[in-house]
Amino acid sequence: MRHTISVLVDNEFGVLSRVAGLFSGRGFNIESLCVAETQDPTVSRMTIVTSGDDQIIEQITKQLNKLINVIKVIDLTETEHIEREMVLLKVGTTSETRAEVLRIADIFRGRIVDVSPTSYTIEVTGDEEKIEAIMTLLKPFGIKELVRTGKVAIARSPKK
Amino acid sequence: MKRTGAQIFIEALLREGVKYIFGYPGGAVLPIYNELFDAPINHILVRHEQAAVHAADGYARASGKPGVVLVTSGPGATNTVTGIATAYMDSIPVVVFTGQVPTPLIGNDAFQEADIVGITRPCTKHNYLVKDVKDLARIIKEAFYIATSGRPGPVLVDLPKDVLTNSTEPRYPSEVKLRGYNPTYKGHPKQIEKALNLILRSRRPLIYAGGGVVLSGGSEELRAFAEKLNIPVTMTLMGLGGFPGTHPLSLGMLGMHGTYRANMAVTHCDCLIAIGSRFDDRVTGKIEEFAPHAKIVHVDIDPTSISKNVQVDIPIVGDVKLVLRDFLRLMEGRDLSHYHKELEEWHQQIEEWKRAHRMAYQQKMRGKIKPQYVVEKIYELTRGDAIITTEVGQNQMWAAQYYLFDKPRRFLTSGGLGTMGYGFPAAIGAQFAHPEMTVIDIAGDGSIQMNIQELATAVQYRLPVKVAILNNGFLGMVRQWQELFYDKRYSASCIQVAPDFVKLAQAYGAVGLRAMKPREVVPVIEKALSIKDRPVIMDFHVDREESVYPMVPAGAPLSKMLLV
Ligand SMILES: Cc1ncc(C[n+]2csc(CCOP(=O)(O)OP(=O)(O)O)c2C)c(N)n1
Repeated sequence: MRHTISVLVDNEFGVLSRVAGLFSGRGFNIESLCVAETQDPTVSRMTIVTSGDDQIIEQITKQLNKLINVIKVIDLTETEHIEREMVLLKVGTTSETRAEVLRIADIFRGRIVDVSPTSYTIEVTGDEEKIEAIMTLLKPFGIKELVRTGKVAIARSPKK
Repeated sequence: MKRTGAQIFIEALLREGVKYIFGYPGGAVLPIYNELFDAPINHILVRHEQAAVHAADGYARASGKPGVVLVTSGPGATNTVTGIATAYMDSIPVVVFTGQVPTPLIGNDAFQEADIVGITRPCTKHNYLVKDVKDLARIIKEAFYIATSGRPGPVLVDLPKDVLTNSTEPRYPSEVKLRGYNPTYKGHPKQIEKALNLILRSRRPLIYAGGGVVLSGGSEELRAFAEKLNIPVTMTLMGLGGFPGTHPLSLGMLGMHGTYRANMAVTHCDCLIAIGSRFDDRVTGKIEEFAPHAKIVHVDIDPTSISKNVQVDIPIVGDVKLVLRDFLRLMEGRDLSHYHKELEEWHQQIEEWKRAHRMAYQQKMRGKIKPQYVVEKIYELTRGDAIITTEVGQNQMWAAQYYLFDKPRRFLTSGGLGTMGYGFPAAIGAQFAHPEMTVIDIAGDGSIQMNIQELATAVQYRLPVKVAILNNGFLGMVRQWQELFYDKRYSASCIQVAPDFVKLAQAYGAVGLRAMKPREVVPVIEKALSIKDRPVIMDFHVDREESVYPMVPAGAPLSKMLLV
């Protein structure tokens, strides 16, 4: 099963390679990994999407915790959380298709961030379902290039 | 007052109580060597950096204190890798200091530059590149703390040359604060209670004790625990000495070359109490058939060891010694005679297994020397009171089978990595830790050649370390596998050219002794034991095709032992 794991780490050089090395060395798989500084400049947050059965996920979280530079590991899959990913899509356009592409972008609250005579570059943010949906709809027009940020995620605050 | 990095280094090590550094100099660390020239720390000059790490590791295993290594950049650093990986697999506290090119040159393929922090990331508990002399004192403090606390392990600190020559006003922290590192020592009381209840409901309980018992210093507690409950104990290779090998409750070692009774007991027990052990594949055999009838309690300080290979029923994360103390407190004043009665049948069964198959060999006085006989005689003549190190292969297994260890920190062997060449430098380190004790490396004629150059070190420091080569002219364990699983096709396992070990010893200024016949074994050992001022090599020409039994073929269940 797919898990989204949020990892707080010391914001130091070499920490990313420790985490990446742990995954490759132990044969765990990484579907995506996002990392950047948090509100505390000495701390970075990694959001790692990985998959495996319960035993593997348990090992992953334990092994992450074992790294000296890892401060906290939260498996968000077990709690209410929000996930977002951003994608930039370069879609081929012609004078006939431009309006349709624009409409699709609109429906998904995407923005056109670059225009050329033969393409639109669209920026869309959303959860996985939304990203997959717009990609499916735009595919027939010809996706020339595509870049995804990978998921970032945060736990929902308690409502009371 | 301002001090250079090299001066801070010496001061920081003195504050850690370091007495010995095992090392080898070179350009990048010359500022430190310059300070060492008149510092109150003993630098032991080895002859190869790999041996420096094994020696520091042997020192650590024998003494319980961290071992310290100092080497230069580039090849000096890369030569330490096997030693570091060996210490890592066996959780041994070693702090390795490597020289590095000056910070402005890092990444430029400078002369003798190697990314040793990158190279050793997967085989150290943690490692550091010191980029600023201001961080040096703190990092050294952290390095020793990390190496020795929690589940111990090697830590590497890479020291660029300019960090050693730059100056700063040093501040030596009195304690370490690491927000990402906080080992759990105390076991959860609820889990301990649950575990005790489970144990008391069992009728065929078995303790499976590993290296964690030795590392935590929990041998006394383990003994009290086993005796209080009257539960038999089997040990892993790393656990030998963690429980007395001559104790009536001891079943000896389990696993691939374990005793018949130990492997049968694991297969039939209904409650397995794993203490400081990690369910290694050489212990479990076919994992699906390991302890198939047992509920499992697992005590370990490292949460990642728990439920890694085998799902356990009651995990207890904590220090073995402290957890066992909690168990003992819980049982204090309790009358367990009823429980002991319930176990009588189990003890009888184990007694039957013991009678059915004993570890045995036949030494005919007119025949060839049996390697087991050599080990047994060493055991007798040292009254079981020596520090034994081993190389890897048959020599290691015979040492484990025929030398009974009653005390911890007496058996030093590369269990996890299985590093040939470990035993001799480790013996040198152990001899520094215990100058009055007898230290013997039980070796093969293959392995000993992997770090034979350390004879010079042992001669230089007048160490009475002994090496007993079980000389079979083969890479014996490889030959054994080829005999059993590859139709006796002895590909590359016959050592066709070997030195005359007696002359070799003499060439180094050590003593060389040889035994060709069974009757020469005892006199050679006696002679070796009487030499106190230099190393001795004993070259025992043993039966060439003797094999280690019992043996569980790799991947087979423990109950499928080959017995001979
Ligand atoms: C550095 C290293 N290389 C290779 C091996 C694989 N290996 C395991 S046992 C063994 C044979 C050891 O031969 P020897 O030292 O003569 O000991 P014996 O088995 O004959 O007692 C070998 C080559 C190893 N364990 N370590």
